[in-house]
Amino acid sequence: MNYPQIPKSWNIESKPHKFCPGCGHGIALKALGMVIDELGIQDKTVFGVDIGCSLLAWDFFNVDTIQTHHGRTTPVITGIKRANPELITIAYMGDGGGYAIGSQHLVNAAARNEKITVILVNNTNYGMTGGQMAPTTLPGQKTETTPYGRDVDETGYPTLGPEMVAAIAREGAYVARGTVANLRQLKGFIKKAIENQMAGNGFSFVEVLSGCPTNWRTNAKETWDFIENTMTQYFKVGELKVPGKGE
Amino acid sequence: MANKPITGEQRVFMTGNEVIAYAAVMAEADIMYGYPITPQNEIMHYWTRLAPKYGKKFLQTEDELSAGFTTIGGVLAGRKAFTATAGPGNTLMQEPMSMAEMMRIPTLLIVQQRGGPSTATVIYSQQEVTMTTYGGNGEGFRIVYSTSSHQDLYDYVIKGFNTAWKYRFPTFILGDGYQAKMREACVMYDPAERGIELVKPTPYMGAPGTPGVDRKPSHMRNTYNTEEELYEVVMNLAKAYEAIIPEVVEFEELNAFEADTVIIAHGVVSRAAKGAVKELLAEGEKKVGYFRPITLRPLAVNELREIAQRAKKLIIAESSYGQLLKQIKEAIYGTDVEIHTILKPGVGITQEEIVAKYHEVK
Repeated sequence: MNYPQIPKSWNIESKPHKFCPGCGHGIALKALGMVIDELGIQDKTVFGVDIGCSLLAWDFFNVDTIQTHHGRTTPVITGIKRANPELITIAYMGDGGGYAIGSQHLVNAAARNEKITVILVNNTNYGMTGGQMAPTTLPGQKTETTPYGRDVDETGYPTLGPEMVAAIAREGAYVARGTVANLRQLKGFIKKAIENQMAGNGFSFVEVLSGCPTNWRTNAKETWDFIENTMTQYFKVGELKVPGKGE
Repeated sequence: MANKPITGEQRVFMTGNEVIAYAAVMAEADIMYGYPITPQNEIMHYWTRLAPKYGKKFLQTEDELSAGFTTIGGVLAGRKAFTATAGPGNTLMQEPMSMAEMMRIPTLLIVQQRGGPSTATVIYSQQEVTMTTYGGNGEGFRIVYSTSSHQDLYDYVIKGFNTAWKYRFPTFILGDGYQAKMREACVMYDPAERGIELVKPTPYMGAPGTPGVDRKPSHMRNTYNTEEELYEVVMNLAKAYEAIIPEVVEFEELNAFEADTVIIAHGVVSRAAKGAVKELLAEGEKKVGYFRPITLRPLAVNELREIAQRAKKLIIAESSYGQLLKQIKEAIYGTDVEIHTILKPGVGITQEEIVAKYHEVK
């Protein structure tokens, strides 16, 4: 039997990683590590992490990594790519960083078709700060700032990030939504996203549905059930934009 | 592709913003990131005309946060990157500049001060002194040159890139709307022909080799877990910053260390102050002097203290409601020199006003 291997591009010295038990970040970063290994791009990759739980990945890989400010990973990574297009640049952030405080950067990077890859982890809340409502919090979902459940009349509906990006980005962009519940598929999406950057086609964006048992206050079974069955009712998993395949 | 736009020495008559664009090309800047705001726009206008001719790049961003953070990205990639802004744009720039301060990222930011607070005027002020020297949630570990003429703009843009990359602190050229938009004569030159060696940039990210195999990965962070960890980082920054102060501090003076009354001003106002002192000296006044801090961070504290201990009166003139004044008071704390002021937020100050003030307080 083939046991799962630790990706070669992981930095063993920083393992075990610092994410909470049951957090989905480890799976998303495993998928990314496997892709970096498969594509053989460890020497050319620059990884940017946001503020929020994603910052805990600042020394996750044996890959040059810059930890930025909340919401500002997209422009830092854009700046690197513009200055040195030979590098393969990946911005890694949460839903708050990408859809709230950094939304103008995401929207405009997509509109300019920046040749970068953004991986955004959607766990329906602000994890690092203690579980507040995020742009992705589901209707009725309880968080620290929606203790009676998210009231969509007051706070609007969850942001559909890949749908938004797909609507803005033009030909050449790659947009998908994966989930930590399907590692093989997620790895495939991330691989295509990075290959899309390497081909110079355009912007590439992958949202990753993920879990936050600490703030959701869920056990393993409930966490998995929420990711697989509840989140996917609102957030459809799949590819939204693939270069050469139309919409 | 032409190599450089200036060979030998060229006397020109142009706006300050145009001078800056030429200076950036001659400083071998690689890329500018920018967002429109008056009065700095023409830096972008001239840069975008010059850049493609010399293999250089430009990115117009969605706001100043992005302009600042993409500039950081450019520097991380090992390129000489810069941006320019003013007023409310400078406010937004403080977020990226605080990151540059914490991580010693040598960005160059040109600030053409406009009126404030808020949107105010697009014309002129010296109201961005406090923000440019101590902005952001930081300790002011930055280098700020306050220019007073087009010649300064040319000289200090070239020097600013060198300072940034040599000392690895974010560096600022603090101009203003007058310098931005006014035309005046200056001499543009090839720095190499004047023996000025340009500091070569090196990458923070994406250096040759495989991280973890051929070399250590570059893991850069500005987040720390404990108070002690942060304390050590900031104290090391402070130590590094303080060590370079003697090399970086710049000032200009006329009779300042012999005078009873010293007029202190920075930026374009220093031209009125210098003119006033020259006029007074020509009239037969002997005990008047002029002092102009060129670096506002770090400030020439030793010289200011020496002046304050010897002189009887200081006249501080600035186009703000006391931003330079505050820093000078701090620098000369404990001396009992009399302080007089001309404080005109967002408004220019003439030589005549300064001469009149001198006679009034003499």
